[in-house]
Amino acid sequence: MKTSECDIVIVGVGGQGVILISDVIGRAAVKAGKPVRGAETHGMAQRGGSVINHTRIGCRYSPMVASGGADVLLALEPAEALRFGHFLSREGTALINTVPVLPVTVTTGTASYPSLQEIMDLLREECGDVRAIEATALARQAGTAQAMNVVMLGALSRFIPLPEELLLEALSEVVPPKYLEANRRAFMLGKAEVE
Amino acid sequence: MREYLLGNVAIAKGLLEAGMGLAAGYPGTPSSEIVESLVDLKGDLPLHVEWSVNEKVALEVAIGASWTGTRSAATMKHVGLNVAADPFMTLAYLGVGAGLVIISADDPYCHSSQNEQDSRRYAQFASVPCLDPADPQEAKDMARYGFDLSERFSVPVILRPTTRVSHSRADVEVGATRRAEKDPKFIKNPGRRVSLPVHVRPLHTELLRKHKEIEAALESVPWNHLELAGEHGIIASGIAGLYAEEAIRDLDLDMSLLRIGTTPAPSALIARMLEHVSSVLVVEELEPVLEEQVQRVALSIKPEVEILGKESHIPREGELDFLAARNAVARREELDLRPAKAIAGAKMILPPRPPSLCPGCSHRAAYYAMRKAFGKNAVYPSDIGCYTMAVGMDTVDTCLCMGASITAATGIRLGGETAPICCSLGDSTFLHSGLTGLLNAAYNKARITVTILDNSTTAMTGHQPHPGTGFTATGEASVEISLEDVCRALGAGMVETVDPYQLEDTIAGFKRARDFEGLSVVIARQACVIRARRSGAARKMYAVNQDCAGCKLCVDFGCPAVEFDGQKARINSLCTGCGVCAQICPASAIQEVRK
Ligand code: SF4
Ligand code: SF4
Repeated sequence: MKTSECDIVIVGVGGQGVILISDVIGRAAVKAGKPVRGAETHGMAQRGGSVINHTRIGCRYSPMVASGGADVLLALEPAEALRFGHFLSREGTALINTVPVLPVTVTTGTASYPSLQEIMDLLREECGDVRAIEATALARQAGTAQAMNVVMLGALSRFIPLPEELLLEALSEVVPPKYLEANRRAFMLGKAEVE
Repeated sequence: MREYLLGNVAIAKGLLEAGMGLAAGYPGTPSSEIVESLVDLKGDLPLHVEWSVNEKVALEVAIGASWTGTRSAATMKHVGLNVAADPFMTLAYLGVGAGLVIISADDPYCHSSQNEQDSRRYAQFASVPCLDPADPQEAKDMARYGFDLSERFSVPVILRPTTRVSHSRADVEVGATRRAEKDPKFIKNPGRRVSLPVHVRPLHTELLRKHKEIEAALESVPWNHLELAGEHGIIASGIAGLYAEEAIRDLDLDMSLLRIGTTPAPSALIARMLEHVSSVLVVEELEPVLEEQVQRVALSIKPEVEILGKESHIPREGELDFLAARNAVARREELDLRPAKAIAGAKMILPPRPPSLCPGCSHRAAYYAMRKAFGKNAVYPSDIGCYTMAVGMDTVDTCLCMGASITAATGIRLGGETAPICCSLGDSTFLHSGLTGLLNAAYNKARITVTILDNSTTAMTGHQPHPGTGFTATGEASVEISLEDVCRALGAGMVETVDPYQLEDTIAGFKRARDFEGLSVVIARQACVIRARRSGAARKMYAVNQDCAGCKLCVDFGCPAVEFDGQKARINSLCTGCGVCAQICPASAIQEVRK
């Protein structure tokens, strides 16, 4: 028996706004009358570490997505897409922001950062649908680079069983009113990227 | 109404639905958002919410309120209960007035902790009940129910969410908040409030009797739920119950399932399960608390039943998840396992991304200066806070528990070490449990240097205020404790205050402390950069010019905003303008620039 309608894993680096995305999805799911579960990273890892967020729409069980079980992997950072790529199911979709955030291990020269190509190639061996998104550039186009996460949310919206108007309604509840217009534009630009 | 709530927010709502009138806590992941949510949700409710100085203090404040007829709660992370263990153990004997719920948030897998102790063991130790929620809805409902249980049997009740409950979200049905009782009054009753031997001996007997009655009462709570089906069964507690249930659905099995949400578990329910099955698998995180009880029940009613658990199928350390439960069940039923996936080659090319001090964090600068002054042969006991992440700077030689930097340093000195010793701890940690250690070091004449890394907040757990900040949990202005005065009063022979962003002065300050014949304190004071940004402090920007000789001294400093391209250093957009790397650069190639 299937225990979840749609499993999403959202990854990135502390401070990129991963939690906002799952908060919007969760609120929209509640509006749609669906059970929803999520698990977040708080605490130490938020200081520049890797963060992962699980969201399960139409689910009453574990708050975490199982390894190999994600229908969508949404990555705000390319290396993190690969780090958590094992969550992706073969039939799933990976949506990846192309702009890296270098970890201290790279800036101080003890490790090196792989090319986007290498990352994509390894992920493509795992799953057929891997897409790069210029989310940071699109967010700037929308009016604020801060809205990169909302561009990614817009792209994600095409792959999850929730109506767009509920996602936008939930978005308006969590972003400050003065940034709402820019965020709506960011959402639309992200959505258009995958259409 | 249904809301999408974080587990800790749901717990706060449950406390308010119970008409709680006082909550006291000390920040600690994964528990901190409970008090923070209470502050947000308080409105005009007659409710006192406080960040206490430490967990022992928090619990004692909550006990006082309970004895005055006000429902109260104390919140902490699991290791906080060690600090509060003294009042906790005896409170079980003396009993509560109005209901008292202790929330001790466990952290299997040590996501953000120094150990993964199991709070259910504390409940057993003290003979008090523990509620073990599986998700935010249960956490909220249990928080409310905990007060009824506490009052019915006059015992404190532990609510033990784990990280995956406190920091998970779910759609939660919330109810109405209730106002706390009016006109509470402390009623004198020495026989139950004064822990003289003559009073506590009968109270211990009473507690043991109550414990049996509590177990019987817990038979009918909704979180202990039995579904009889096939002759193989699973007994699972807390969030492991959710994983087990998902495993049964995923594998389409016809197994009996007993989900348990309390310690003690009702033996009667366990007995009904055991009578029905030939074999049970016990699924629980960390300690075999439930399993041991199942074994005891089996021994008395059906010794031949097969009991599988920690010995063979379920690990005793780390956290469980759906896959671990599924594979344990699959193995039991001789079905195919579903291995966790791994991407071959990913590890090889991925750079590690450990959490690290923020760009411009003053702790990095303070440690840099400390290391310059004390050198590589000195011993550097440290403590619990953001600064523990600086372990790679060679100035964090130990980290044990809150406040142990000063006391371990004392022991290292008095145990015979002759090298210079410079220990460090944050302002909040110092006020939590450094005071007694400093007093002891002065009294017993330990020649050490104590560094208080004072960023005027409890940074690691999300920037909570403390007595050094001049504000309370609810943002009210209060006394602002002077760390300098406190240190002098506790007997420090020398107290230096430095600004770590002024590197030379800070190094000089550390050297004076190092050379002082006695107990010296260095207070390295500079606001946490996250706090400074939130409060709108003006930010400078630095850049590297063509004079860079590629010596990498600034890169080695370790600020994530300084990058190296193989030839020269470069400063990226993460720079917060602390200016410390510019003071390190021997070529004066790092300069402030206009934004
Ligand atoms: S949160 Fe504050 S104290 Fe912690 S690492 Fe960042 S700047 Fe330093
Ligand atoms: S001034 Fe230098 S050390 Fe300070 S934040 Fe900027 S790059 Fe980092």
